Amino acid sequence: MLSRVANTFYWMVRYVERADNLARLIDVNQQLLLDSERLDSDRLSGFWQPIILSTGDDEAFSSLYESSSGGEVIRFLTDDARNPNSIVSCISLARENARTVRDQLSDELWEEINSLYLFTRSEEAERLISSDPPRYYGNIRRCAETFLGIAASTIARNEAWDFMDLGRHLERADKTTRFLDVASYLPGGVEGVEASAPGILHWSAILRSCGAHGAYRGVKRAINARGVVEFLVFSKEFPRSVRFCIEQVDAALHRISGTPRGTFSNEAERESGLLLAELNFGSTDAAFNRGLHGYLDELQERFNRIGAGIFETYVLMPERIQVCPVEDLRSPSALAAWQMQQQQQQ
Amino acid sequence: MEMFKGYDPDRFYDEMFDADASVRAHCAPLLRKLGQIDQKDFLTRKANSELYFLRQGITFNVYHDDRGTERIFPFDPIPRVLPASEWEHLEAGLTQRIVALNLFLHDIYHDQQILKDEVIPRFYVENAKHYRPEFRGVDVPADIYIHICGSDLIRGADGQFYVLEDNGRCPSGASYLLENRNALKRAFPSIFDEMGVRPVDSYPRDLLNMLHHISPRRDDDPVCVLLTPGCYNSAYFEHCYLAREMGIDIVEGGDLVVMDKIVYMRTTHGLKRVDVIYRRIDDDFIDPVVFRKDSVLGVPGLMNAYRAGNVALANAVGTGVADDKVMYYFVPRMIEYYLGQKPILPNVPTYLASEEEDLKFILGHLPELVVKAANESGGYGMLMGPSASKDEIEKFRELILADPRNYIAQPVVSLSRSPTWCDGAMEGRHIDLRPYIIYGNDVKIVPGGLTRVALNKGSLIVNSSQGGGSKDTWVLRR
Repeated sequence: MLSRVANTFYWMVRYVERADNLARLIDVNQQLLLDSERLDSDRLSGFWQPIILSTGDDEAFSSLYESSSGGEVIRFLTDDARNPNSIVSCISLARENARTVRDQLSDELWEEINSLYLFTRSEEAERLISSDPPRYYGNIRRCAETFLGIAASTIARNEAWDFMDLGRHLERADKTTRFLDVASYLPGGVEGVEASAPGILHWSAILRSCGAHGAYRGVKRAINARGVVEFLVFSKEFPRSVRFCIEQVDAALHRISGTPRGTFSNEAERESGLLLAELNFGSTDAAFNRGLHGYLDELQERFNRIGAGIFETYVLMPERIQVCPVEDLRSPSALAAWQMQQQQQQ
Repeated sequence: MEMFKGYDPDRFYDEMFDADASVRAHCAPLLRKLGQIDQKDFLTRKANSELYFLRQGITFNVYHDDRGTERIFPFDPIPRVLPASEWEHLEAGLTQRIVALNLFLHDIYHDQQILKDEVIPRFYVENAKHYRPEFRGVDVPADIYIHICGSDLIRGADGQFYVLEDNGRCPSGASYLLENRNALKRAFPSIFDEMGVRPVDSYPRDLLNMLHHISPRRDDDPVCVLLTPGCYNSAYFEHCYLAREMGIDIVEGGDLVVMDKIVYMRTTHGLKRVDVIYRRIDDDFIDPVVFRKDSVLGVPGLMNAYRAGNVALANAVGTGVADDKVMYYFVPRMIEYYLGQKPILPNVPTYLASEEEDLKFILGHLPELVVKAANESGGYGMLMGPSASKDEIEKFRELILADPRNYIAQPVVSLSRSPTWCDGAMEGRHIDLRPYIIYGNDVKIVPGGLTRVALNKGSLIVNSSQGGGSKDTWVLRR
């Protein structure tokens, strides 16, 4: 498979997954608000601030908005095209990547992502965001899931699939840690939230954001910090737990290279193998002893290293090609875009 | 028949109706079928066909629009019908033409016999914008230069087809030909019944067979790729579409590298040799070492590999010398010179601004003529005399005098019209026809072509950038 195409598959799915996760996050927290007492603007801001902090886009947010009461945060995360990680931006990027590899997608798969894109640009979407947000986010989630479902039933299990698997699970693992991290930004930190009644609401919201509420109830009774962290980081079975995702990443990496599991042939495999071993043998106690925020931060750092390893091994291939492309493959320069448009259409 | 009630063919040649407003025999069955669809149903189905294009992403961006609104190219569901006899005539004429154009290109890039014999003045070739003297003496794979030609045909008031121009560099639009058929079949399946419409789906196969035919490596299963400028090019949809239909990789310049005059593509498992490149990128941008130095889309060293005969390009480099609008004037002479035949399809009468007599005539008749720049496409660089303002005419007078080699003029041809649904009524609109000719082991022309329609009332400009749409084109078995 062409290196650029592998990279495109990887990002296409990462963006779909990111949009899906954001839609969950916002929807769940909006609903959570309904359970709270009436909040003045300070408290609203206290509610949404941690969510912005956890997505890692707080700088971009504060440069664009003055206050962080609900409406601004929601717009910023949902349909602000200036935020490259908003839902609409993610969908538009996912669709742009899909368009680039259109020739390798089934018609249904393309139509699904294209329809989702057209929906985010429609007047209907505009109306729903303000009048019926649960339907808006529900729509996004359903389309994203349909996209993955169609992909699962129409993409051959070859490299294209493996690179999609990598993108999906790395993004999922990353988002799960970020949702868990929301608690760290709340007043009083993780321990503070744990004891109080609103704390339970928060942990339950985190479970819902990961679509894990039902699965969690199936195996555990009480909702508390340790139980939730244990489930979302270390569960062997739950498909959004960090451990599960890294297991999938490690497996996909070894399918691509043909190297046996437990060994490695490149940096991405070494990083993923190491991390997987730690997750397999790690414990919630160790995570809490280390400090949850610091622990989650390090996980995110290590996901990034796996991502960088993939890029260097399969996309750049510096050891094989003397002349490396200097451009960021995800965003061609303005010059390149201009030249692409210059080709005369006969 | 309610939709056709009051339809007026006017004084033009109408593709569906005779001068006395009676239906042409080969269109009668279609008209009957259309008559069975009531207007409401027609409009729903038309809307469905538009939705098909939107969902498929067969769209273009509206510039200066922050929300990135996309529009579809307008599609008119009333097909344009050609009887078998007419198509045979066109096929023969187009085949004759592509063979002559290729003989001309071989000659120009080798002995230049046609110039030595003074059939075409040397001056015109050597001053052609797309002439590539660097490639004289280079033998191209299978000795074919124009592998894919999109020739624009028009039908005049006399009912005769004329060639308006040959597009021999990177003609686009074939995907629309195929998708128009798909859209129409989905939206109006009933009108195809028992009509004997010849299918068009062989196009990607013919294209791939041609690419295989020109591979420089004979023994193996050749690796063919489609080279695109990239996803911001307005024809990117078509590039993806054709690559997928042919089952070949679509590559950007950055995906290819040249080492020791061999072209490779960069894959996740290392480098893979490439034999044939169907390039949809202009000569200017294809190799920054030889052509535009600032091109970031091309492949450095590609021309070295090409010259060494290690890779085939379709179309070849330098074909632009043959589709220059001035060179067009000489195509009938090429046919006579190389083939010893009379041209089957005539040219539109053309005046060359660099010939003294012609120039005098052009300048004296600007308000009646169409003036075209020799190397523009897409309907740009054109003066439509009869509808132009005084200022525009004066501007062109100066342009012509400043650079006569770059201009030609033609009388306004009253293009034939076809019934077209326009804002609530069936009206006649002017159309042209672009068939796609593939030259590989033999010449293949997919039965049909892209019928473009000037949607604005009275307009003769069919280009999509200027209010043009398209229709499905039917070639009948009988």
